[in-house]
Amino acid sequence: MIAPLPAAARLFVAFPALLREHGIAAAPEQTTSFLMAVELLGPRSVADIHRAATATLAPHPEQRERFDALFDLHFLGGALAEPGDDDFAPDEDISIQEDSGSREVLIGEEVNETGQAATGAEALSIRQLKTLDDSETLRRFGRALPAALPRRRGYRHRTARRGPMVDLARSLKDAIRHDGEVMSLKRLRRVTRPRPILLLIDVSGSMKQRSDANLALAHTIVHATRQVEVFTFGTRLTRVTRALRRKRREQALAEASGLVADWDGGTRIGDALQAFLAVPRFAAYARGAVVVVLSDGLERGDPSALVTAVARLAQRAHRIDWLTPLAADPGYRPETEALRLIAPRLASLSDGASTARICRRILSLGGTQAA
Amino acid sequence: MALRTTVAGISSPEDLAEALQAAMYLADDGIATAGYLSLALGKPLLLEGAPGVGKTEAAKALAGILGRRLIRLQCFEGIDAAAALYEWNYPRQMLAIRQAKDGEQLDIYRDDFLIERPMLTTLRRPESTVLLIDEIDRSDHEFEAFLLEFLSDFSISIPERGTLRAAERPVVILTSNRTRELHEALRRRCVYHYIAYPEPEREAQIIMLRSSAVAESTARAVVQAVGLLRQEPLAKPPGVAEAVDWAEAATALAQTGAPWPEAFRRSLGAAIKDEEDLAHLRPRLPLFIPGLAA
Repeated sequence: MIAPLPAAARLFVAFPALLREHGIAAAPEQTTSFLMAVELLGPRSVADIHRAATATLAPHPEQRERFDALFDLHFLGGALAEPGDDDFAPDEDISIQEDSGSREVLIGEEVNETGQAATGAEALSIRQLKTLDDSETLRRFGRALPAALPRRRGYRHRTARRGPMVDLARSLKDAIRHDGEVMSLKRLRRVTRPRPILLLIDVSGSMKQRSDANLALAHTIVHATRQVEVFTFGTRLTRVTRALRRKRREQALAEASGLVADWDGGTRIGDALQAFLAVPRFAAYARGAVVVVLSDGLERGDPSALVTAVARLAQRAHRIDWLTPLAADPGYRPETEALRLIAPRLASLSDGASTARICRRILSLGGTQAA
Repeated sequence: MALRTTVAGISSPEDLAEALQAAMYLADDGIATAGYLSLALGKPLLLEGAPGVGKTEAAKALAGILGRRLIRLQCFEGIDAAAALYEWNYPRQMLAIRQAKDGEQLDIYRDDFLIERPMLTTLRRPESTVLLIDEIDRSDHEFEAFLLEFLSDFSISIPERGTLRAAERPVVILTSNRTRELHEALRRRCVYHYIAYPEPEREAQIIMLRSSAVAESTARAVVQAVGLLRQEPLAKPPGVAEAVDWAEAATALAQTGAPWPEAFRRSLGAAIKDEEDLAHLRPRLPLFIPGLAA
């Protein structure tokens, strides 16, 4: 039987719980370390408890202000500061109120709570015509994709006929069989694995011409390779990966378009990307991934939000490739301030005007940079 | 669980801070506390911070005061078990097999055929070593996952020999430059400290402690300039190491007869090591170096 918690310890155990309520991760083993650390340090003053808390509960430097505010609230009874925007980790299916004005980005994961089915159906009827034109392109693309994705070096080695390393272990075993005579040297090479791919599709009004074909393309990619995530964004962010897993394209696209509630609306890419990064589970999809953004980059929101979001995304991702229909014109130079600012973070900014061109571009990603 | 409150004669964060100072490392409250807790709880110490704030120095100083050997494992993309753990000395095994006489029993998995790499060395001699896993953010995710296993129960399994377990919990220090975020699980296993740039007062002390040739006025001027430089949008803001270099370089130039503001300007390369940053700063240098003619 577990002895009841001493009354003095309750205050300390409650603190990690408070942190969790406010979106700062704290594991049970960290709670244990926290308690032990408090005991080790005396504690002689609140400063000791604070130092024990920061050392064992390990808040991210960005979360530090909020962490300190919660600490003050819990142990000193101070007033809680207003939440900052980047340290607030929301649950899914809730709306995030950005602190700048009344703009609001919604995250819906495959739940259409706004019920804009009419828009979805309308989009579907356009789509069927388009995808028929492209279906042969897409079929070839799907077959070529697995081999063409950028790869990363894996942790393991495998035997190969030719390779940079000698497999000494296997050569030795072979030599033992021949009385210590080395008949042939076995070779090793590093296993490589395809990188995950993250597809961010702009479905705002300015991308109206392309959104349907882009979703069809996403469906092909989801079925061609294993680690894929697809999100759409306009004024809100929607994860459509699960809907696109349906085998039949028409069904999958109908389901996906039912989820997307912001068809042909405005564009707030920066806010949508920040919302994406604010959910740890979503943000984890970008880690080491090939991020392909299908968008014209015509940002209606604050360009600084987009710039910080892309910078954070670039830190996690292997590379970010921005495909814009505007780049079909060979003389194209990014005009909008937002796109010019993020251009240095991108691996490429290229033509996304037709399905065939996007396919060609994605297939060439593996070749432009060795994994 | 019983707690060891005294480790290697250190029984409080203040003790540790004092010992570190004697080892030429000026520690603030945060790092002294985190270091002490890591020793007392037997957990690895994870130090994060911008490049050049003294993460590796902290590890060296800690090893110094514990009187242990510092074993450094530099991480890189593609680091694998053979570089981190152990490797069999295959050429020697091969020779031994060829030299073995008929009927002789030969154990090719003896210790003398085993090449120890940093993690195995620490595991075998936890009482006399400190393991520094440097720049963990450069390694791949697989290596991070593999480390997790090592750091939670300090054991390594070698298929030919069985599982090796450390006799006591080794002292392990990890550093990260935050070029990417580490796994939450890894952070959880560790005692954590984020090393920020030091206060101006402390930084001046560090510069003088590091380099006895630098005068106090020089150190203060450098600290003030470096503080301003860090607020600029630079690709690589100067760290503590750069501040020390700059102060030393300017002192050396001044000794050869260059006037002071000029010596600062000419030695700027010691602090700013990026062409774009230099180009960005050049027109506004007098803002950072007082007394310099525009």
